[in-house]
Amino acid sequence: MTKETPSQTAGPFIHIGLAPEVADVDGMRTLGTRIVPTDASGERICIEGTIRDGAGELVKDAMIEFWQADATGHHAPGHWGRASADFDTGLWTLKTVKPGAGRGAPHITLYILARGINIGLHTRLYFADEDNAADPVLVQVPEPRRDTLIAQRKGTTYRFDIVLQGDGETVFFDA
Amino acid sequence: MSFLPRDRDWHPRPYDPRYKTSTTRAPSQPPLRIGQTASELTGPIFPASDIGPLDHDLLANHGPGNPIGERIAVHGRVTDENGRAVPHTLVEIWQANAGGRYRHRNDHYLAPLDPGFGGCGRMLTDAEGRYRFLTVKPGAYPWPNGPNTWRPAHIHFSVFGEAFAQRLVTQMYFEGDPLIARCPIVSTIPDPRAIDLLIAPLDMDAATPFDHLAYRFDIVLRGRDATPFEGAP
Ligand SMILES: [Fe+2]
Repeated sequence: MTKETPSQTAGPFIHIGLAPEVADVDGMRTLGTRIVPTDASGERICIEGTIRDGAGELVKDAMIEFWQADATGHHAPGHWGRASADFDTGLWTLKTVKPGAGRGAPHITLYILARGINIGLHTRLYFADEDNAADPVLVQVPEPRRDTLIAQRKGTTYRFDIVLQGDGETVFFDA
Repeated sequence: MSFLPRDRDWHPRPYDPRYKTSTTRAPSQPPLRIGQTASELTGPIFPASDIGPLDHDLLANHGPGNPIGERIAVHGRVTDENGRAVPHTLVEIWQANAGGRYRHRNDHYLAPLDPGFGGCGRMLTDAEGRYRFLTVKPGAYPWPNGPNTWRPAHIHFSVFGEAFAQRLVTQMYFEGDPLIARCPIVSTIPDPRAIDLLIAPLDMDAATPFDHLAYRFDIVLRGRDATPFEGAP
């Protein structure tokens, strides 16, 4: 059997390849900017947050990919997209529809790429206003750390801050 | 059906003091092992209409004019650990120009931008998992890690595969580059056999005479467990 190709960091210039419009590379459109089609059914929501490193610094050169079920809880075809942290504020924003419940509670899968991250970080975002108690993945997370995976609702916007290292470190998965 | 466990000892160490930025960005907890669910066993599918006709050709997709540098093709096959082709999957690349400068507002290296070069490419693999980009060989460049640290020439790769569990982002290096052995990012990978998989050999059979040289970079994504439900892979 052949071994998997090893990962390497995406580095600070990831935008050239994965968000060329953010890097100001002409001639290539950016994929994944519209995560759901304009006619997708479901509740329209906005999620925003920041990423911080172990020194408490904002990670302003990161990119996040999102993969989620549609509003009925199905991943076929599902919704996929990307957001870049703002170069000045570090804030990332996702406009989507709220995923439906599948076999577990509604959630969005996140994949975080940045300079200094040698292998992409896989995590999940759950919603504070949903019943997450019986989710088969969340129950495997030690109880004191579950909050790191739950977005808090304020109006139609959810807040989800990611901590790469140290106090309040977000739970990352190996799946 | 599920994907084989990822061998985390084969992949780079998340925390490596020689690569300074990793020391504040690597999680201190090991990743939590969970079973695969629909979220990991499915993934996005990119239609051919997402790809422009020049997206694979970095010699032509920026302009004006042709870029400066050594013209090369970079090609290979995407397969999984079981040796199966991964067809119609999205491969994206990005790189510095021939002088080692990235077209990015955060790159302030003194080497000049090349008006003829953007540095972004993408394409879908064909039915046998093959891809082929045309580009220029990127230059080495210095970066603020140690007092005199240089990256070997490299091309960044992003590959999706058939499910989110196969997602891979990596870098390709060029055979014979003496900077590979000195690179603190390369050496986050502990096993030299794993590093070898990232070093593309010159492939004269794939070169086009009087036009461009070629390098071959095959990419292997996670394989599947055989299960009684699906039969042998
Ligand atoms: Fe790079």
